[in-house]
Amino acid sequence: MSNYSLTRDQKLEIYYWMRLTRTFDDIAVAYWKQGRGVGGMFSERGHEAISVGTGYALAPEDVVAPLHRDLGCYLLRGLTLRRVFSNLLGRATGTNAGRDANMHGSGDMSLNLVGFISHLPQTVPVALGVAMSFVYRNEPRVAMTYIGDGSTSAGLFHETLNMAAVFNAPLVLIVENNQYAYSTPLVQQMKIPDIATRAAGYGIPGNIVEGNDVEAVYAVTKEAVERARAGGGPTLIEAKTMRMMGHAIHDGAEYVPRELLAEWERKNPVILFEQQLLAQGLTDQEELDEIKHRCEIEVTDAIEYAEKAPLPDPATVEQGVYAE
Amino acid sequence: MSQLPNNFGFADPEQIADTTRELTYIAAISEALREEMRRDPNVFVMGEDIGGTFGGAFKVTKGFTDEFGEKRVLNMPMAELGFVGAATGMALMGLRPVIEMQFADFISTAFDSIVQFAATNHYRWGAAVPWVIRAPSDGGLRSGPFHSQNPEAWFVHTPGLKVVAPATPADAKGLLLAAIRDDNPVIYFESKPLYRSEKGYVPPGDYVVPIGQANLARTGNDLSIITYGAQVREALTAAEQLAVEDIDVEVLDLRTLKPLDTEAILTTARKTGKVLIVHSANRLVGVGAEVAAIISDQAFEWLDAPIRRLGGLDTPIPFSPPLEDAYRPNAAKIVQMAKELAAF
Ligand SMILES: Cc1ncc(C[n+]2csc(CCOP(=O)(O)OP(=O)(O)O)c2C)c(N)n1
Ligand SMILES: [Mg+2]
Repeated sequence: MSNYSLTRDQKLEIYYWMRLTRTFDDIAVAYWKQGRGVGGMFSERGHEAISVGTGYALAPEDVVAPLHRDLGCYLLRGLTLRRVFSNLLGRATGTNAGRDANMHGSGDMSLNLVGFISHLPQTVPVALGVAMSFVYRNEPRVAMTYIGDGSTSAGLFHETLNMAAVFNAPLVLIVENNQYAYSTPLVQQMKIPDIATRAAGYGIPGNIVEGNDVEAVYAVTKEAVERARAGGGPTLIEAKTMRMMGHAIHDGAEYVPRELLAEWERKNPVILFEQQLLAQGLTDQEELDEIKHRCEIEVTDAIEYAEKAPLPDPATVEQGVYAE
Repeated sequence: MSQLPNNFGFADPEQIADTTRELTYIAAISEALREEMRRDPNVFVMGEDIGGTFGGAFKVTKGFTDEFGEKRVLNMPMAELGFVGAATGMALMGLRPVIEMQFADFISTAFDSIVQFAATNHYRWGAAVPWVIRAPSDGGLRSGPFHSQNPEAWFVHTPGLKVVAPATPADAKGLLLAAIRDDNPVIYFESKPLYRSEKGYVPPGDYVVPIGQANLARTGNDLSIITYGAQVREALTAAEQLAVEDIDVEVLDLRTLKPLDTEAILTTARKTGKVLIVHSANRLVGVGAEVAAIISDQAFEWLDAPIRRLGGLDTPIPFSPPLEDAYRPNAAKIVQMAKELAAF
């Protein structure tokens, strides 16, 4: 792991992406609570260290398929806040011009981003196929995607990891274990304490990482990514965290014990990283505040842009069903 | 598609002169795959048991591993949902997977990967998914409920897919080449009952049968039979018998089920004024229902009789010969219905 230590600049860059993700979330959640949003919206609160730490471990030529709690990964791959917020509001300037809801379908192959669909975990075999294309063409590239704890109950989790192992595919699968699948707690989903142990059933490495510690997430992911790139095959990584809001914006999550949330709020990944940076003497509060301020300006700009952006023309509704 | 030469039947004058070059339907499929894999390094095959010396349940890819190697002949674990999803990922990266379903019946196992992910992808975020699924379909072979199905209607109902169903060896080759070169997910229903019993002239070399074009398999004036797949042969057999009784039948082979060749459908309906639609799949909400709706919408004034449909029964496909024969359309049933329609 120590092979993959980060420079000060890299750490501050990671902090910026985490802070941007959290700022976006705070503002978007408030926006929806005021009834100004369109359709549903997923909060990624609590997942910042996972989405940024894993995404940061990829090279630009690698391909990633993030999910609904991985805003940080989309942003650091180059998806702009303007496109994201436009899409949330169903605007023509959105990532997919209002074709798909919230972060769904936020794919852009020019950024090596694959858009996900609702059917979980359908993205997992698709990412395997991307990885298999690298084997086919002898390219030293890696595919990465994510899966929630709940979605590991579906057969595709098994089908894909088994095939990934058989084909020695350069695939990294991140389990975002946030302890709930909608309202269903882990104990009603599985009888094992650690999802990562399932990796043994496929003959591939399985790692567990503290999902709120971005440096740890980065290190374990980077190791898996570079192993895959070097021909070492797939890895399953389980990042343990907590979903800090409801399943989606409409959900008050009354079923989650408040003590559990309080316990995890003490491990807030963004604050945790701030404390680490300060303790390591790499920055000061003034610089962190400056980054925070910059994030607020960027999110505000994206919202203003999206609000003024045109809605899609209904005359285009039948366009694009087929590639011509 | 538009940039591809539509030179079906006119490929190479010298070779075309050899009109004795006959292939079985299944050999035409195999030839199309082999030639396309030689031509385009992005094309490869994947499926269960297709590799090694075995070459697939029906031997379509026999010898392929020898010629193309294991990288381009991917023997897959038994996990259709997963490997169709993987094919989508490979297609997103610009490869052109041709997936063999061992039997069309098992395609339901991969349903989400087809209709939810692959089919919607281009509409949602503009990335093409150029794969083909070859689905060995249809019955009459005493194979029972799970090796005889014709599930095309599910996919015709799905926006974003294309669906083809060749009836002749020449179309089997030309439509497969068109399907592989198409930038969209295409389901290619090949008819098992035609595999080794249907032989015909197949142009050598490169040609495509454009997706979306029906073929007038026989011209006639009294009534039109609109059909596809293995029922084209049944319809042509029926037409011969009907000719003896002075009923002059036109047979339109749809060839592509999505998008339908609406012009060809309307042209034959308007010409004869009487239409019998036939398919092996069960009749209820089958492709024939849409064809009938198109005709009643746009050719109503030309009709001299109600549109008739003949399809499978609304039951699972039974195994025992008298039961399967009662289930499935055939030439004798077509003759019977056509006579009634002619007399209307
Ligand atoms: C196949 C399928 N069934 C049901 C749903 C509805 N649904 C959306 S997210 C979700 C829970 C997912 O839980 P998990 O995988 O743990 O991810 P999380 O949302 O907690 O990050 C459910 C049931 C779905 N998207 N897909
Ligand atoms: Mg969860």
